[in-house]
Amino acid sequence: MQKSNVDIRSLQIGFGGLKVLENLNLHVETSEFLVLLGPSGCGKSTLLNAIAGLIEVRGGEIQIGGRDVTWAEPKDRGIAMVFQSYALYPRMSVRRNMSFGLTVAGTPRDEIERRVGEAAQMLRLTSLLDRRPSELSGGQRQRVAIGRALVRHAGVYLFDEPLSNLDAQLRAELRVEIKRLHARLGATMIYVTHDQIEALTLADRIAVMQGGVIQQLDTPKKIYREPVNRFVASFVGSPAMNFIPGRLARGSEIAFIAGVNRVSLNGYAFRSQPTDAPAVLGIRPEHIELTAANDPSSVSARIEMVEPMGADTLIWCRLADGTAFSFRHDADAQVRVGDTLTVCFPADALSLFDETSGQRL
Amino acid sequence: MTAVAQPLPAARRPKRMTAARWGLYAFIFVTALYFLLPLYVMVVTSLKPMAEIRQGNLLALPAAPSIDAWIKAWTSACTGLTCQGIKIGFLNSLRILVPSVVISILVGSLTGYALSLWRVRGANILFGAMMVVAFIPYQVFIYPLVRVFSFTGLGQSLSTIVIIHTIFGLPTMTLLFRNYFASLPVELFKAARVDGAGFYQIYARIMMPMATPMIVVAVILQTTGIWNDFILGLVFAGRDNLPMTVQLNNIVNSTQGERAYNVDMAATLLTALLPLVVYFGSGRWFVRGIAAGAVKG
Repeated sequence: MQKSNVDIRSLQIGFGGLKVLENLNLHVETSEFLVLLGPSGCGKSTLLNAIAGLIEVRGGEIQIGGRDVTWAEPKDRGIAMVFQSYALYPRMSVRRNMSFGLTVAGTPRDEIERRVGEAAQMLRLTSLLDRRPSELSGGQRQRVAIGRALVRHAGVYLFDEPLSNLDAQLRAELRVEIKRLHARLGATMIYVTHDQIEALTLADRIAVMQGGVIQQLDTPKKIYREPVNRFVASFVGSPAMNFIPGRLARGSEIAFIAGVNRVSLNGYAFRSQPTDAPAVLGIRPEHIELTAANDPSSVSARIEMVEPMGADTLIWCRLADGTAFSFRHDADAQVRVGDTLTVCFPADALSLFDETSGQRL
Repeated sequence: MTAVAQPLPAARRPKRMTAARWGLYAFIFVTALYFLLPLYVMVVTSLKPMAEIRQGNLLALPAAPSIDAWIKAWTSACTGLTCQGIKIGFLNSLRILVPSVVISILVGSLTGYALSLWRVRGANILFGAMMVVAFIPYQVFIYPLVRVFSFTGLGQSLSTIVIIHTIFGLPTMTLLFRNYFASLPVELFKAARVDGAGFYQIYARIMMPMATPMIVVAVILQTTGIWNDFILGLVFAGRDNLPMTVQLNNIVNSTQGERAYNVDMAATLLTALLPLVVYFGSGRWFVRGIAAGAVKG
């Protein structure tokens, strides 16, 4: 099967009176790794299931490889899918699990054997081929599930939270494996997750979803550096972005005022002409810098808590007006709870959001 | 300074047999006796010749145990006009049992599968209706069904009784399998659909192999139910296919002259043998199957 692109046009999905997706458009390029990221209930799994043909749509169109498959059976869409709960057939060996789809499709036996062997080697499953799923560990099971998808030589591979059932270490290992697989196969992959680290590490592009709407569709870097609204800003990144309420003030130069503190915005790329209005300043913990007390743009804060995280330390501070924020410092930092320190917020690393709409300014 | 000798820790295991425990065991023992006594009397009586039974020592062990009564019950007791023993009924019951069990489980599991995994329009209403109907007493259906079968020309026959058992087994079997399949992760079903398997392929190659514990439970329920059935067999099986229960009734209730208690007892025990064997042989599986349906994973 040839690698395919995916084109979704004004898709509508609902259950009873509930509208899950409304007028959703999305285009996935051939060979692209697209991640659908969002909290549970945002419609990302629903969208993936619709692409797979496992739930009925109310309206719109889904094209895979330029072919309208909106009403096609899952098997006729040129897709393969990996599920969160592995969904291996418990009464079949690993080999039969992987070959089941091909057997059903009537693929010649030597071709089946060749493809299973190839996938097993790629995923280091060769020695496990005759085992039952119950005799495998979680990581092995999920590799088998990925193998079962690979043998289909599908045009598009769909992943529905494939790593969510694994422990942290396995998750990291398998994440790398999936990334390597994508690099090697150059296949089109659509990957659903609620884990922003997975999204950032794997994706060519991320679609951040909330309430059935794609909030931002961009490269991981853009999503991280320039979130389009407060939802995207707070959902992506760990430790989370800090938000400081205040207002914009135009004077000799534009600045952000929060209580007694004043942050220069010289160098911030505004999307539209700024006005004097209430706003929220967002800054990631690693972008906050320690500075000398006489810096005019500095802000002084009291240390409330220190979280050593191994490679670095997360320091929780509180401004004079009571706003809390955290910032990341190297692990050798000599800081004590109760100390006061001065930090600055570099304008080129900031995000500013409208106070009411939450949109990026 | 000298080390002070510490007293040994003195936590003692509580006494195992308290008075309450004794009472409990006594109660269990008496209850077991209460249920076992009739069985004991039946076995003992079936091994006695009539002369000994007439003496009236119901609980006494047989002076000279003999299986003559068993042989007579099996081969030559009179069931109405013929005197060929209860073995005819045994064979009839087997001929009714095997196809009825197989077909009712097949139909029930297929219905349960369709109702649980495929989102059939109105599936819940259909299932609800099936459950409601399951609580209506058999007797209500008998006359209409007799009319239906006589109208279709099937009348009373082996096929008729098999169809009847399949129909009456359907609600229970459907419930059993529907709940089991509904407890499986739905992703398994989705994976099979993506793999291209159709309705019957998913049923036969994915779902039924997983349902082994449920199949065992279904076989036990249906085997004992159909074996013990009396009225449906009497009404629908036809004169040549009367099941063992009906034959047993004929032996026990239509004696001329002296009542042959030993033969009656032997015939009853023979009739009860198959369900007993099924229960003893599969008790472990039965419990496991019920639990497997209840607890997910």
